[in-house]
Amino acid sequence: MSSIKKPIYFDNNATTPLHPQVKAEITKALDIFGNPSSLHQFGRKANEAIEHSRKTIATFIGANPEEIIFVGSGSEANNTALSIFCCQSGKCSFQSKNQSSLITTRIEHPCILETSRCLKGKGTNMFYLDVDEYGKINPNQLKDLTTNKIGLVSVMMANNEIGTIQDIKEIAKIAHNSGMLAHTDAVQAVGKIPVNVGELDVDFLTMSAHKIYGPKGIGALYVKKGTPFCPLIHGGHQEQGRRAGTESTLGIIAFGKAIEMRAKEMTEEETRLSQLKNILKSAIEEKIPDIKFNGHPTDCLTGTLNVSFTGAEGEAILLYLDLEGICVSTGSACASGSLDPSHVLLAVGLSAEQAHGSIRISIGRENTIEDINYLIEKLPKVIKKVRNMSTAY
Amino acid sequence: MNDWVYSDKLKEHFTNPKNVLEDEANFAADGKGIVGNIKCGDQMLFAIKVDKDIITDCKWKTYGCASAIASTSILSEMVKGMTLSAAYKVTPKDVAAQLDGLPEHKIHCSVLGDKALRAAIDDYYKRNGQENKIKKDQTKIICQCMNVSDAEIEEAVLEGVRTYLELQEHTKLGTVCGQCKDEALKLLDEYKKKHF
Repeated sequence: MSSIKKPIYFDNNATTPLHPQVKAEITKALDIFGNPSSLHQFGRKANEAIEHSRKTIATFIGANPEEIIFVGSGSEANNTALSIFCCQSGKCSFQSKNQSSLITTRIEHPCILETSRCLKGKGTNMFYLDVDEYGKINPNQLKDLTTNKIGLVSVMMANNEIGTIQDIKEIAKIAHNSGMLAHTDAVQAVGKIPVNVGELDVDFLTMSAHKIYGPKGIGALYVKKGTPFCPLIHGGHQEQGRRAGTESTLGIIAFGKAIEMRAKEMTEEETRLSQLKNILKSAIEEKIPDIKFNGHPTDCLTGTLNVSFTGAEGEAILLYLDLEGICVSTGSACASGSLDPSHVLLAVGLSAEQAHGSIRISIGRENTIEDINYLIEKLPKVIKKVRNMSTAY
Repeated sequence: MNDWVYSDKLKEHFTNPKNVLEDEANFAADGKGIVGNIKCGDQMLFAIKVDKDIITDCKWKTYGCASAIASTSILSEMVKGMTLSAAYKVTPKDVAAQLDGLPEHKIHCSVLGDKALRAAIDDYYKRNGQENKIKKDQTKIICQCMNVSDAEIEEAVLEGVRTYLELQEHTKLGTVCGQCKDEALKLLDEYKKKHF
């Protein structure tokens, strides 16, 4: 590890470091301690800061401020959007309208898949859309599945593992034509690609701060005005009675700042990331035999590169790279607590072996061409080392 | 901050694996064994040289994670100079202990190592007309990935396991590739009927 200046972080789809300006904003806001619900000046100050952030975020995605609900995470936002299926109140229940069905895909984040499994246990009819080899759903399959019993279609906008971007506009259109609502988990999309809720015409959209250089523990759910809604967390008037609990003022301020910075930097930054990824991709192709890139060749997040190496196991690759000061992630089961390889890679048709042998390099705003060159220097050696002792190569 | 995810000993064997079988064609092995399944994420091969019932050299190949690589590496060091009968008795626990411990979900990595070694020793016995020394397991391995036998399933039932889920939790059976599910379910039923 002597030849490098610092560990190089290539796991920006997992989470990101704070943007320096977000850090500065948090520091400045540390003394805003008032309860945003209090009427006095301490409360008003906190409330004002929250509403400022709400407006920034709403503007960024083309929504009205009152359509943004702050929650504790992207996972909570997704759970909230799906939880309307459980509500028996009659006020928001889909069951009462005989619409207790939910369509999603096989490549969603576990917070959608696990929640849908739970909903199934509570009587919701579940349908899972297949994806092609690039991770795209087939709109015709969605059309075939839609009936008037379906309540909600939930499709992630950009996949966290392979970066594939779906045509949410078309999906929402199909949903609406059949009287369904449309939700998209846009945690990996907002702040990386242009997202406008008006254009997409979705009813719910999930966002998170920590994927775009904000802090952990703060997310948001866009809920189109007039859409049936049921809170996941009851017991308070906060967020227009849609999410109880005293607001995370610091988190919300930081989220707003992160979005403000994305609005300024996103376009230019994404061009740069795209160039870095292309350099990396060509170098891997040139220097390492028997590889396969995963994800869509063009409709893909600019910073995400997922690649499988025949005969090399992912956790071993990850840990050898870690020893060289390079941090990536893997779709191999061995790296997680579970023993199954990535459900996303299996869904796009990879064999279990290819899935075990995959790594995800997610490039972010702090990465430089020097980082890429260092990875290009080390990766072929690591793959060679792993393959050299492999029974499968 | 911990600068490594597993033990230092494991790191040492992962960083500098000992006795990797690099030139398979020119390693005149007296016995060779391979176990595991790439689909499940682990496969190990052992090749041994034997002189007067003593393992004089031992090389290996592994497709698998850091724990699997380190397990095979340290096992290859452990058995050099051992008699075949002593090497035959090395257990996954011995391997894990030498590595200063393995996390629970990595135990199956060490399980495969000693199985591969025994397969290599069996191969040696076969080549040298000593089949009588091959210890046929009294029991049958049902789950290849986690090395769970029918006897262990029976024991689990006796200890209160009634459902497949409980069996998975208790023995880790069927938690990797899942191919053994049908057979395990059948046995689970059989033992439940037999004992209760």
